[in-house]
Amino acid sequence: MESEQLEVLDFLQRHLPFTALPEDTLHEVARAIDVRYFKADSSILTFGEPAHNWFIVRSGAVEIFRRDGTLYNRLTEGGHFGEAGLLQQRRQVRFPAHALEDTLLYVLPGEMFIDLFEQHEAFADLVEVEDHSRLRTVVSKSEQANELMSASVESLLVRGAVIADPTLSVSAAAARMTEEGVSSLLIIEADAPVGIITDRDIRTRAVAHSMALDKPVREIMTEQLVTVRHDHLAFEAMNIMMRNNVHHLPVLKHQQAIGVLSLSDIIRYESRNSLFVVGRIFHQQNVDDLAALTEEVQASFVRMVREDFSAKIIGSAMAAIGRSFKQRLLELGEAELGPPPIPYCFLALGSMARQEQLIVTDQDNAMILDNRFDPVRHDAYFAALAKFVSDGLARCGYPYCTGEVMATNPKWRQPLSVWQGYFKTWIESPTAASLLDSSIFFDLDGVHGRTEFAETLRVLIAKTAKGNSRFLASMARNALQRTPPIGFFKEFVVEPDGRHTRAINLKRRGTAPLTDLIRVHALAIGSRSRNSFDRVADIIKAGILPNGRGQDLHDALEFISMARARNHANEITSGQQADNSIEPDMLSDFERKSLRDAFLILGNAQKFLKFRYQPGRLN
Amino acid sequence: MLHGGLLRLPTDNRIPAQGACDWRGRFAVLAQQTKDERLKAYYAAGMPAGNTPLKNVPLMAMDVETTGLNPAKDGIVSVGILPMSIDRIQSSASRHWIVQPHVPLADESVTIHGITHSQVADAPELADILGDLLHAIAGHVLVVHCRAIERQFLNNALTRLIHEPIEIPMIDTMELEARLHRNQPPPSWWDRVVRKKQYRPVSIRLADSRKRYGLPFYKPHHALTDALATAELLQAQVAHRYSPETPLDDLWC
Repeated sequence: MESEQLEVLDFLQRHLPFTALPEDTLHEVARAIDVRYFKADSSILTFGEPAHNWFIVRSGAVEIFRRDGTLYNRLTEGGHFGEAGLLQQRRQVRFPAHALEDTLLYVLPGEMFIDLFEQHEAFADLVEVEDHSRLRTVVSKSEQANELMSASVESLLVRGAVIADPTLSVSAAAARMTEEGVSSLLIIEADAPVGIITDRDIRTRAVAHSMALDKPVREIMTEQLVTVRHDHLAFEAMNIMMRNNVHHLPVLKHQQAIGVLSLSDIIRYESRNSLFVVGRIFHQQNVDDLAALTEEVQASFVRMVREDFSAKIIGSAMAAIGRSFKQRLLELGEAELGPPPIPYCFLALGSMARQEQLIVTDQDNAMILDNRFDPVRHDAYFAALAKFVSDGLARCGYPYCTGEVMATNPKWRQPLSVWQGYFKTWIESPTAASLLDSSIFFDLDGVHGRTEFAETLRVLIAKTAKGNSRFLASMARNALQRTPPIGFFKEFVVEPDGRHTRAINLKRRGTAPLTDLIRVHALAIGSRSRNSFDRVADIIKAGILPNGRGQDLHDALEFISMARARNHANEITSGQQADNSIEPDMLSDFERKSLRDAFLILGNAQKFLKFRYQPGRLN
Repeated sequence: MLHGGLLRLPTDNRIPAQGACDWRGRFAVLAQQTKDERLKAYYAAGMPAGNTPLKNVPLMAMDVETTGLNPAKDGIVSVGILPMSIDRIQSSASRHWIVQPHVPLADESVTIHGITHSQVADAPELADILGDLLHAIAGHVLVVHCRAIERQFLNNALTRLIHEPIEIPMIDTMELEARLHRNQPPPSWWDRVVRKKQYRPVSIRLADSRKRYGLPFYKPHHALTDALATAELLQAQVAHRYSPETPLDDLWC
């Protein structure tokens, strides 16, 4: 006879992989669990010993190491380990484990773990570490959601319904509408909506007919209510309005009216569309008016994040907005300074060129001038234009680049031939140091003027970088300078050297090293794509990565980018300055798990990069 | 288990005199003298010698819940046991019995151990499970927290049921804590008055002792949970203060 340990069962019921199990299976698991205590600083598993058990941390803390002795993960209450050895044919411990604090472990027999793993897919998804299908599931779910690309009716409501009794007089109704600042009143009798009156009803049915204004609103209200459900999409609501020729729709949730959706609510919502913002940028006549659009830019960003647009769509929409600011500022600058004396091309660099812009971003730009450029005669004009644009961008929410990568810097305001010389030097005589400052120029996009200049440079890069192993090795070395953290432990971020930090910079430790390493592969195969997701697609097609690793990179970039974007959106909505750093306790369990998976992919991809682009190696 | 007030009970003085922990020899003698077959079988299964290293000792964590604190009047309502070694607590092989206490179940005790009148009404007599219980613990050294409870209640129950006492070797995790924390004399009058030192003895209750070893809080007063809690505490005590080679003699009594 076996008896149930209530404490064990209770613990399992509160922790993640187990909550994915059916109730009766959970009881079986609770009955099968044994217990073991380890003193702080004692060894739990050593590499290569037979793997018999699966372990769950009940209390305390455990460190898991790689075979080479580097820290792999740090676990606390609810963490689990030992699966890697059990799922392998040879059943040997792959990751040694060590008690960091006094630790109590729940021990599940390996056979039972394998049964659970094979029979319960949701459990397996949550446990699996080396296979990245978990992140894939997360990312593809959100990618599918994007296709709907629309908001629910409920999310558009700005306030609850303003209601009135049918016996209220027309004049009192008009007074209430004015006071509440609404264009309609929902008429309620016995808790049920029986009609609606609008501004237009008062005008056309009462005032125009010289009706006495002390008559009850019942006499002028529209009784045939056209309603919409709270979970319908905005475009469905618009359809209903058009079909029925009405501008106000009572919104019903479980038969209760929770508000009235008006056409102006839909218009306000649409105005936060990024295309609308772009349109507005080109209508502004001076820098002050452009600067006033900052709030709309932020609102459109927040909207895209809230509606689960993919990182690629958000990145390209925000880049389109940034590009439009540049283009409009250049138009305004040319209007003020006169037409340019020789042709030029204004360049966007870095994240804007890659179409991966989020809300917090420096302005990185440059100018390619026509080869007829004569500094004495022409440079004063272009210096002035560059300053006009740069100052304008700073006012529109794009801070100056601290590394002086701006067209205001004479070094980055040069004729095409000089630029060609720059790239030849960088690529043909590379040093890690010279490339450290110049890698940003390998993501370039012509946004205004003679954009074919930019294209000339891109063709040059694609042709000369491919197959240049010294250059690729130097780029690879730089791409390895920023490493991902290992993961999370309690409310801290764990660094590869085991240190704890309080916050993590998702750009510096996540998206930046990822785009760096994607860029190296893209250069190696001569890809001319600018966007990292497009580059990953080219890399997969070229077949230079082990099977599945390309998709992993895509998923990791998508997830970290979205975590960054959500963080920005949250900060904007709560009125804070948006930045790239995030504290682990702001993350849900699920986000922590997925982020950790993404960091793991990045770490492994960096190892592969290091191995593949060794100096002198033929690629 | 109900500790607290019991910590001040005169321990063990009701138990028949024992040799200096020569449990192995004592069991051989008792196996001869005992008349009840079940008890005879228990003694006949023997005990490890006192010099056996802990790593080779079969252990059995146990807890009993009772109707109250007085072993003369109160009865046992539940028993939880689970086999263990210093390497592994076989929670998966644990057993739990609810039995009729032979005294009315006081409402206060129901609120403590959560066993209700109706559960008790359907439960077997202790006599019915005695064979099972003795068979399960035979050959094992019991691990308890506050041995006075288990010793006295089991002894009284057997005396009542089969008119024979029982002698059981035990490792008492509470006593192991007391060895560590109760061998310093309280501060002197001078220290207390002049140096404002307060006499605040370290608590050796189960939950407080567990906390000192980083063990999680478990809801107390379920015989099985308390047995598990005691088992974990012993593993922690051995990990911190003893070793797998420590002879049994250093711990049991």
